[in-house]
Amino acid sequence: MKTKRLLVLALLLACCLLMTGCHGSDGSAAFAIPQQFDTNRQFEVSFWAKNDTNKTQTAIYEKAIADFEALYPNIKINLRLYTDYGRIYNDVITNIATNTTPNVCITYPDHIATYLTGNNVVATLDELFTDARYGLGGSELRFDSPKVDEVVPQFLQECMIGSHYYALPFMRSTEALYINKTMVEKLGYTVPDVVTWDFVWEVSDAAMAKGPDGNYLVNGQKVLIPFIYKSTDNMMIQMLKQLDAPYSTANGEVLIFNDITKEILYTIRDHVQNGAFSTFKISSYPGNFLNAGQCIFAVDSTAGATWMGTNAPHMDISADQVAEFELVIRTIPQFDTGNQKMISQGPSVCVFNKEDPQQVLASWLFTQYLLTNEVQISYSQTEGYVPVTLKAQQDAVYQDYLSRKGEDNDMYYSIKLDASELLMAHTGDTFVTPVFNGSASLRDAAGQLIEEVAKSVRRKKTVDEAFMTSLYAQINSLYRLDQIGSQQGSIDTKADLGPLPGTAVTLLCALGTVWVLIGLYVLRRALKAKKH
Amino acid sequence: MKKILAFVLVLLMLAACAVAEDAQPVMTHAEYVAADLESEVTIETYVQDKQGWWNDQAIIYCQSEDGAYFLYNMPISKEDYDKLVPGTKIRVNGYKSEWAGEVEIVDATFEIIEGEAFIAEPTDATAALGKSYLVAHQNELVVLKGLTVKDYGDGNPFAYKDPAGKTDDIYIKFEKDGVEYEFVVEYYLRNNETEVYKAVEALQIGDVVDVEGFLYWYNGANMHITGVAKAE
Repeated sequence: MKTKRLLVLALLLACCLLMTGCHGSDGSAAFAIPQQFDTNRQFEVSFWAKNDTNKTQTAIYEKAIADFEALYPNIKINLRLYTDYGRIYNDVITNIATNTTPNVCITYPDHIATYLTGNNVVATLDELFTDARYGLGGSELRFDSPKVDEVVPQFLQECMIGSHYYALPFMRSTEALYINKTMVEKLGYTVPDVVTWDFVWEVSDAAMAKGPDGNYLVNGQKVLIPFIYKSTDNMMIQMLKQLDAPYSTANGEVLIFNDITKEILYTIRDHVQNGAFSTFKISSYPGNFLNAGQCIFAVDSTAGATWMGTNAPHMDISADQVAEFELVIRTIPQFDTGNQKMISQGPSVCVFNKEDPQQVLASWLFTQYLLTNEVQISYSQTEGYVPVTLKAQQDAVYQDYLSRKGEDNDMYYSIKLDASELLMAHTGDTFVTPVFNGSASLRDAAGQLIEEVAKSVRRKKTVDEAFMTSLYAQINSLYRLDQIGSQQGSIDTKADLGPLPGTAVTLLCALGTVWVLIGLYVLRRALKAKKH
Repeated sequence: MKKILAFVLVLLMLAACAVAEDAQPVMTHAEYVAADLESEVTIETYVQDKQGWWNDQAIIYCQSEDGAYFLYNMPISKEDYDKLVPGTKIRVNGYKSEWAGEVEIVDATFEIIEGEAFIAEPTDATAALGKSYLVAHQNELVVLKGLTVKDYGDGNPFAYKDPAGKTDDIYIKFEKDGVEYEFVVEYYLRNNETEVYKAVEALQIGDVVDVEGFLYWYNGANMHITGVAKAE
């Protein structure tokens, strides 16, 4: 009898352990801010970042690290540079499985949403933002950090996934329309303040006229692609947004396969057909064609402004290929000039959760350091980026920088400063797409729709209703968009639940106990029946 | 019974003929060069080298006796990728495309076919440098002799794409007969543990060298370097 009681007790205990173990069994424990940062211990913080093949950006990272390490001699930052966000993303995913993620990583919220499918992989920053000692503008910091309300609200909001902050914005850009004004005017048009899609298509079509020698009349060359778009993901996303057309819901329901998308694709088809439009993936960098006088409208990031124009500081074609022309910059083409919409993009920084809260705190301190005025201003000056803090934007050093537009074709290159000013003037017109596990795939799919149409037209395939039906099915399957809906909830449930409440544990244990007792009763009855 | 069997065999033969007619004829290199951009092409060639496998795709350098091909981001499993050792004969079907002057085969599929291995010897294309006909050697394994290392900027003989980690490409400029060329050590073709990566790191401005590699094109000749040696 005594053995039976022990057996029951043991079963109950095992049951309770199993029940509690069901929740949060993998990944690190949720991060809790330590009372005090331990300055007597040495920490190594791995920082995975991206540079735009720009030596100055690398130098700025290195200087920021050196300056930070001077302030915190017990923290060593190990920088690993990538030239592609996709590779950072892939490496992080690979390292989640082995619990060897970096400590700090430059990334996009879309990517973080995927990281969050692991338990507590990424540290939530809500409490760190507002912690009086180590939070933004905290009293214990050894540097002048911005307060929460000194971060541009739109940019900060972009780092909220579900109901928590998982990143800090680092730099922001948008896309811009770089226009060869000389050629537009040669075709008899005037560049308006706000350019419409209709205008771009009309001028592009007009530019396709050729002379008897087979050269294009507008540039006298054999090569001309009047309109080239760098990121077709952005092209589709922004066109849909401007038309107030469905893309996805906030919860990850995919809505992109609709009739408005199809209409956009038919328009693109028509302009690929007559050679007026192409993409980066098909033809190469818009800036190279623009600079060679072989493109009139180039849409690329404001962060690529230093590659645009006859006098651009960066050039990817030889000097003898560069054409002389007047370059102007505008917001991307719009459907409604009175209600402009453009994407907000640019890197953010996330902190990975670790077993040791002190390690996470050390990582957070460095992450926050990236928002100091010196880092923000110097990095933003490398390209047409905009600092993500109002504190940096309003700083006298930054204001002086803006005021010196056009002083040279390097630091003060006018197109680069125009690009930064464009975003600052239109921050209120920017938007981001909903972030969920799978949103990165949906973004890729949006661009691929355009790429496939363009490619197919060039390959002389018929792009009609049957093609569209097949394309939708193919893209849906290729990017597994049909599986996104079933994955939803994983971010919020896995990342947000934390430990089970005591009452739930008690209830589950009680349920388990009842089942064990029922089992024992049935077993006892069966044994008795066998004896008789 | 015999009649039925014969009828079935005839049907099978007709079906086989129809399939064969659907398959693209294998082109010579000259036919490939003459083919329109964005047209479907089928070639037989030999693997010469490859960049790292990533994301279920790879970049493959191929060459036959009559010319070279560049297979861009060809979908391939890791298992098949490992089979593509230098010399392997493959039949490739895809679309001829051009990106920044580089003529390549995209959206390709391939199959390994029986055949004796072929590994190209580098062609000396030095005489074609600066001439319009250099492009005829596009994608071939070539050697360019007597090139002088130029200042890449700020007094450096080359530039790392990733100066901090040195885990990416190296860019380097050479000059020959007054014309400047920018070449690259592609990290995914020759990483920082290879002889050529280290040899390029050791170069100084003014060094005169012979450079070997695949004659890739990016708005002009942009060799993917596989070997470098002091000029004879």
